[in-house]
Amino acid sequence: MEVTDVNIRLACDRICLPAVSENEVQKLFTPGEDIPTCAGFMRGHGTYTEGEDLKASVAGVKEQVNKLISIKPLKSRYNGEIGDVVVGRVVEVQQKRWKIDTNARLESVLLLSSVNLPGGELRRRSSEDEKMMRKYLQEGDLISAEVMNVYQDGALSLHTRSLKYGKLSQGVLVKVFPSLIMRRKNHFHSLPNGAAVILGNNGFVWICPASGLEHQEDSGSAGGFIQDLEKEVPKADREVIARLKNCILALANSKMMLYDTSIIYAYEESMKFTVTELLLPDVMVDVANLTQHRLHLDIAE
Amino acid sequence: MAGLQLLSEYGLRVDGRRPNELRQIRCKMGVFSQPDGSAYLEQGNTKVLAAVYGPHEVRLNRSKTHHDRAYINCQFSMAVFSTSERKRRPRGDRKSQEMDMNLNQIFESAIRTELYPRSRIDIYLEVLQADGSNFSACVNAATLALIDAGIPLKDYVCSCTSTLAPSQGGAPPTPMVDVNHVEETLGGPGLSMSTLPRLDSVVHLELSGTRLHLSHIDPVAEKAATGAADIMAVLDKAVRGHVAQCLHAREVSGQGADA
Repeated sequence: MEVTDVNIRLACDRICLPAVSENEVQKLFTPGEDIPTCAGFMRGHGTYTEGEDLKASVAGVKEQVNKLISIKPLKSRYNGEIGDVVVGRVVEVQQKRWKIDTNARLESVLLLSSVNLPGGELRRRSSEDEKMMRKYLQEGDLISAEVMNVYQDGALSLHTRSLKYGKLSQGVLVKVFPSLIMRRKNHFHSLPNGAAVILGNNGFVWICPASGLEHQEDSGSAGGFIQDLEKEVPKADREVIARLKNCILALANSKMMLYDTSIIYAYEESMKFTVTELLLPDVMVDVANLTQHRLHLDIAE
Repeated sequence: MAGLQLLSEYGLRVDGRRPNELRQIRCKMGVFSQPDGSAYLEQGNTKVLAAVYGPHEVRLNRSKTHHDRAYINCQFSMAVFSTSERKRRPRGDRKSQEMDMNLNQIFESAIRTELYPRSRIDIYLEVLQADGSNFSACVNAATLALIDAGIPLKDYVCSCTSTLAPSQGGAPPTPMVDVNHVEETLGGPGLSMSTLPRLDSVVHLELSGTRLHLSHIDPVAEKAATGAADIMAVLDKAVRGHVAQCLHAREVSGQGADA
C-alpha cells in the first residue's frame, strides 16, 4: 500500500502577507475614532453618534456617498441584500417554511410559497403540501436561492422561483468570507475547463461538473428538486473540481476577490503544480501572487 | 539575604522595568480561519488566544436570547500547562465562572448589542501561559478578536493592572503598572482596571490581594488608567497594520474586475 508523504511545518516558518505601510491606505478608521464630518451628514453602518460627534465602531475604510457616511469592516457576517444569489444548507423544517443557514447572523427563511412545486403547476399550497415538505427538502440539503426580502430584524427571506435555483446535487462546497465575493451581474459561471461554479454572495461557493448545472436547467418540469446522486462523475472532472477548490482557497487565503476571471487565471497558473501540492501554504501564496500579477497586466492593457 | 523586593533602591522592579513601564506587547489578528474573529496576544510572558464566533442564531436554547439585543457569552479557560504546576480544571471552577461573568459584563457594555436582536456572540479565551495580569491580557485579546470579526464596538476595551510597592526608607509607596506573576504572588494589592480609553470611561474595576488604603486608591487607579491608554496605542497600531495589509491585497485583485 502506498503511503503519501506527511508534511509538517513549523509555526515560525509560516508565510505572512507582505507588510504594507499605513500611509498607502487613506481613510482608515478604528473603533472609537472621531470621523471628521460636515453638517447635515447621515450616518450609515459601522458608525454611531456620541453626542454631537460621529464615531467609528468597526475597523475599516470610510465610504461616503453624498451625505451618507459609513465604515465598511474587513470581515463580517453576510448582510443580505435583495437580489443576491446565496447558497445555503437546510437546518430545520418548520410548519410552512424551511430554515436555511447562510452564514448570516440569523437563519434565513424559505417559505413554502416561494418554491416551485414539482410538476410546475401554480396552485395554492394545501395541507398536503405541508406534509410533503420533507420530501422536497430535508435537513442537510444544499440549495441555491435568491434573496427576496429582508425582514426588520435582519433575517432574509429566500425564493427559488426560477429554474436555475433549487437543490444542489453532486459537487463541492467551499466556504470563504462574504466580503471576498465580488458583486456581479451573473453568479452562475460555466468555466471552460468543464466545471461550473456558483459564487454565492454569502461566501459559500459551489463547484460542480458542468453537466450538473445543465441537467438542472433541463429538468424544468421537476422544479429543480431532483437530485441525481446515481450518476457517476468521471475522474477527470473530479480532478478539475479539486483543483478549482484549492485555487479558490489559495485566493481566499491571500484575501483576494473572487470572481470568474480571477478563478480562471488562478486555475491556469496552478497547472504547473499537482493538485495536492496546492495545499501547501507557500504554493498557495505563489499561485495568488501569479494571479495578481496577471490581473495587473490586464489592467495595464 | 534580604527578601525579594518589589522595587529596588535603584528604582528597578524584579524584572528590570521601571514602575511606569509596560511589558512588551506582541499581537496578531486573524490567526484562525474557522472562527469569525481571532487574535493572539502576548503581554511579556503571558500568552492568550481569543476566538469570537458570531453573531449567529441561537440553536438549542431559545430562552437564552433577548428580543432586542444580542446575547454575549464569554468563556475563560486556562490551559493545563499554563501555570508552573499542572492545572487540574481548565474551566468551570469558581474562579473561572466569576471571570466569565466579569467578561460578560465588560463586553455587554462595549459591544453595540442593540444592532443584533435575537443573535448570540460567543467569545472564547484560552490562556496558554500565565505570567500575571491574565485577566487583563484576556480582555485585550478579546477586543482584538472582536475587531477582527467586524463586530461594532463603542471603543477599544483596554485593561491594565497596577499595584503598590511598599514604602522604602521614608519614601511614599510607589504605584507600579502591569504586574507580573512574581509581583502578584509577593503580596500587595492588585488593581485591575478595564476602560474605554477614548471615551474616558471605566467599565470594570477589581481589587485583589491585600487591602488598599483609601488615600492610595487615586494614584494606583490613575496609573492603571494611563497604562490602559498606552496599551490602546499599541493595539491601535496593530489593527491599522493588519487592516492596511488586507486592503492592499484586496485592492490589487479587485481592480481587475472592472477592466
